[in-house]
Amino acid sequence: MRFVDEFREPELISKTAEEIRRLAGGRHYRMMEVCGGHTHAIYRFGLKDILPENIELIHGPGCPVCVLPMGRIDDGLAIAQEPDVIFAAFGDMMRVPGTQGSPLEHKARGVDVRIVYSPSDALKLARLNPDKHVMFFAIGFETTAPSTALTMMRAKAEGIRNFSVFCNHVTIIPAIRAILDSPDMRLDAFIGPGHVSTVIGCRPYEWIAQNERKPIVVSGFEPLDMLQSIVMLLWQLKAGEARVENQYKRVVPWEGNRAALKAMGEVFQLRPYFEWRGLGFISQSALRINDKYAEWDAEQRFEVPGIRVTDPKAAQCGEVLKGVLKPHQCKLFGRECTPEHPIGALMVSSEGSCAAYHNYEHRKAAMVALGSIA
Amino acid sequence: MLAESAPLRFRDPQIEMAHGAGGKASRKLVEGLFAPLLFGATPAPLGDAAHVDINGTKVAITTDSFVVKPLSFPGGSIGELAVNGTVNDLAVSGAKAEALVVTFVLEAGLPTPVLEAEVRAMAKAARDAGVRIAAGDTKVVEHGKADQMYVTTTGVGRLLHGITIDPQSVRVGDRILLSGPIGDHGITILLARGELDLEADLRSDTRSVLPLVEALIRAAGPGIRWMRDPTRGGAATSLNELARDCGLGMVLFEDQIPVRDTVRGACELLGLDPLHIANEGQFLAVVSPEYADAAINALSLTPGGSEAQVIGEVREQPAGTVLVTTLYGGSRIVDMLVGDPLPRIC
Repeated sequence: MRFVDEFREPELISKTAEEIRRLAGGRHYRMMEVCGGHTHAIYRFGLKDILPENIELIHGPGCPVCVLPMGRIDDGLAIAQEPDVIFAAFGDMMRVPGTQGSPLEHKARGVDVRIVYSPSDALKLARLNPDKHVMFFAIGFETTAPSTALTMMRAKAEGIRNFSVFCNHVTIIPAIRAILDSPDMRLDAFIGPGHVSTVIGCRPYEWIAQNERKPIVVSGFEPLDMLQSIVMLLWQLKAGEARVENQYKRVVPWEGNRAALKAMGEVFQLRPYFEWRGLGFISQSALRINDKYAEWDAEQRFEVPGIRVTDPKAAQCGEVLKGVLKPHQCKLFGRECTPEHPIGALMVSSEGSCAAYHNYEHRKAAMVALGSIA
Repeated sequence: MLAESAPLRFRDPQIEMAHGAGGKASRKLVEGLFAPLLFGATPAPLGDAAHVDINGTKVAITTDSFVVKPLSFPGGSIGELAVNGTVNDLAVSGAKAEALVVTFVLEAGLPTPVLEAEVRAMAKAARDAGVRIAAGDTKVVEHGKADQMYVTTTGVGRLLHGITIDPQSVRVGDRILLSGPIGDHGITILLARGELDLEADLRSDTRSVLPLVEALIRAAGPGIRWMRDPTRGGAATSLNELARDCGLGMVLFEDQIPVRDTVRGACELLGLDPLHIANEGQFLAVVSPEYADAAINALSLTPGGSEAQVIGEVREQPAGTVLVTTLYGGSRIVDMLVGDPLPRIC
């Protein structure tokens, strides 16, 4: 398969891994991959088996499902239970638990819940069901926000009024800032998010290099992409430099995608603050729908309960999300909290570090500790 | 005579879609509620079919319900799926289907031509598989109480000679065989539902695997330890069940697992693992190492088996687990499917 197989080429991968080993020498490096897609890739491709032990990868906050507070899910599902409402969301959302169960569990109880692959599919549902109201439960960073924006622009242009968006879009930069402000973080460098950067480009990361003196390399998602990004980070660290570099040039333009940014500017404005699960309230970290599009804003069209739910005390999602704890160091991991019965959202999404670790790694780690697999 | 019931371990407050998806939740329902109440305290290992002794004659029986949506899809339809599904469950438990009993649950309002087409498809599939449809039943429910039509087939099969299937007989060093590319059926259905606006030139693999199973038995009968057709939950779920039942590790070589490019592409796009996707015309087998070459040769020479592969081997560790290793030295655990495979977008 083109654009995939060449980035999984065994010989190149082992050469690059060798290069990492050589560059890293005896020093311990802590690198954060910001994006949940990278977290998933690390486990799926077993990159930890390939990397030397002194390269420690810390999983960042870039999983939109994981950082969504449970209250927002409850709010969305409350609207879903209004008469003649179709609740449409990405597959990622379907198993995320609210206090009364996940969207999928609501579907089994008879609530009209549909999985869509894009916001425009939700708009299509609205066209096909003129006597129903389709509410799209929007999640995601700048990766998915432009398609939500374009869909709302189309709904407005076509005058489709039985459609609205419950907007949970968040922005990546304030989350990285919150991580860096956290006193218990000691990071050497960042693996920058690939998909988000296709929209925002590489410039928004410059402050990380200039003010925080941390190198950052925007990376692709194949094994070779990620290994190459680590090599680029090590070169910078060895030379005492801190720059923004773009490893994912085949997809990410340095200046981002102007058309996408323009669409976001047309429809959204920054919320003064927004709650992030595990991280708390972060100012100017999320998008709301601006007044020009109020008619398509579910939060304005419906009575929203505004539910706030605190995470179970024993769950240490925040510490895991910030990379302070490894998933298996949480008290609930693998016991009360499993992919079948997730308590924290990090266990739900396959991009969540707990689910990824649980699915791909933890039994292996236990067996390596016992010396039973090489 | 019903054995004394064992304590129930099923704690979920209500039935969710995941309980029918063939993965972990399904297994919990069967082992935690059905088995203790219906089979008593010590249920036999849960295979694809049961072997029953009637006056000294052993037969295999099994049953399966089909609720696929849409009713027809590239490569097949519910009617022929209902025949081949049960024929295959019998085949991989070492039996040749002799007779089927068919139950239809029809929704009022179902157009007759749709029903007729499906019954014709069943008749053809039964002829092709050499099985007689011996009895049947029909129920009709109100409009809106079912999704067009559901079909249940129950099959009785004659045991094939020269083969014993028992997860406990699996040994370290045994080879894991796969009859051909995985994921075709599940991805075809996902795309045929039309919810994803993706198109691909792909057909379901639905077919009878009996000819392949028979060829395998002829070539490697004494070496066959275990077989399973990886339907819902995919190859990963079947192999996890085996790993648990025999307490050994199933180590797969990722580059040896046959997956069509279209299936791989769709899975990459949707964030799914081909090992979790349903199949309707493939089967997995574990054979002792000395029979592996003969087994692959025999499958390759049988129509529909040209892509058969050794995809892994049984090792002592990781015990009770399926581990996939990659060409470049990485590895990952592949668990049973949790719930339905859902497309991932962000």
